[in-house]
Order: sequence, then structure tokens, then C-alpha cells
Amino acid sequence: MSFKQISQIAGSAMSAQTTRLNTIASNLANAQSASGSEADTYRARKPVFAALAAREGLGEQQLAGSRVQVLDVVQSQEPLRRVYEPEHPLANEAGEVFYPNVNPVAEMTDMLSASRAFETNVEVLGRVKSMQQSLLRLGE
Amino acid sequence: MSIDFSKAMGQHAEALRWRAERTKVLASNIANESTPGYQARDFDFAATLSRASQDGSEALLLDSEGEQLQYRVPFHAAQDGNTVELGVEQAAFSQNASDFQTSLSFLNMKLKGLAKAINGQ
Repeated sequence: MSFKQISQIAGSAMSAQTTRLNTIASNLANAQSASGSEADTYRARKPVFAALAAREGLGEQQLAGSRVQVLDVVQSQEPLRRVYEPEHPLANEAGEVFYPNVNPVAEMTDMLSASRAFETNVEVLGRVKSMQQSLLRLGE
Repeated sequence: MSIDFSKAMGQHAEALRWRAERTKVLASNIANESTPGYQARDFDFAATLSRASQDGSEALLLDSEGEQLQYRVPFHAAQDGNTVELGVEQAAFSQNASDFQTSLSFLNMKLKGLAKAINGQ
């Protein structure tokens, strides 16, 4: 039976979604972190997911499940928000400050999607657990 | 005269095993809901089961060679090449879990019948 692998698959998805929620929290927290130069400004971060085929247990290759792997966390290359604020303590010579390229609306929707995906995997784990428990009670 | 337990269980033991395998495949689909380029997979349960039962009870011990996973055809194409549709997968997963319980109930009934026969009641 493949219950162990199922738990690993759902667990990997949960940790991947946690990484995604982590970057979203970081993006939202730093949405207003201004800076005086383009290089120092915070840029929105996004995790990159990839499927990782498991090659173990019965029926390798063909019936192998796929775990989720966080390949990397990349920074967004969208242009930064440049604002003319001469009063700002961090303003450069031209009186401009740079704000991060975080889109709070997009981050909020992404957060909903990530937490829903997380909960779906928690449900999967719960169902698999009850399947396994009723299998253990076989013949009682 | 002896009882062959694997024959007495009928198809249900094999069905249970394939239900568990299918749970794994569907769990992978759900897990990779937001993986770009991931293609949702599934296998034809009825065909697999009939092939397994034709092969006889030996099939239980054999590797699942020859079982091919098929790709699910999505209702809507996604920009990132991911073909997982969460609703479809959740429905399939839920149905599969119920079918697993059904197979389990049948097995339980078989075992209870055997126990009665053994006790001579």
C-alpha cells in the first residue's frame, strides 16, 4: 500500500505552500519599505515550484506519485515605483525615493490561493489517515 | 478440504490495492495544483482491475508493470501549462476514498462470513 508516499506527497505540498505564504508575508510587510537607490530597494519575491517524481515502492516509474519541490525563490523584475518626495529622509539628490514593486492586491489573492491549497492538502492527509485507520480495523 | 483465503476474498483485495494506488496519483495531482507545467494524471480503474483479475491471484504479488498512467484532458487550458483542475481532482479523490471504504466493507463482510463458517455457527 502506498500510504506513506501519499503522506509524503501531501506533506511536500504543504511545505511548498508554506514557503509561498512566507514570501507573500514578506512582500506585504515590505510593501512600503522605501529606499534611496534602486539597488537597495526590496523587490517582490516569488517561489518557483517543480514536480519531483518519486521512484520508490511498488510500480515504480509508471505509478509513481509526484512530490512538490521549491526550486528557487526569484525576485520580480518589474520596475520599481519611483516617487518624488524631497521631504523623505531617504530621498536621493533628485528628491526621489524608490518603493518596492509589490502589488498588494495580487499578493492578497495569491495568499488566498496558497492557504486554500494548503487546506486542500490537509484534507487529503485527513482522508488518507481515516482510510488507513479503517484498513487497520479490517476483520474486527 | 481447505479454504484458499486469496480466492475467498475475491476481487475486493485487488480492488483495495488499486484504490490505494489511485489515491496516491490523485494526491499528487492535488499537491501539484500550483506547479507550472505539471500535467494531471490518472489511470483507468476498471481496465486495470479487470486486467489484474484476469491474471489471477498471482497479480497481487507482481509489480504493476504495464499499467500506464494517462493524462487528464483539462476543461480549460492554463497559461502555465498546468492541467490540474482542483474541483475535478477533489471530486475524484472523494469518490475514490468512498470506493475504498466500500471495498473495505465488502472485505469485512467476507471475513465475517468466513469466521462464521470456521466457528460452525
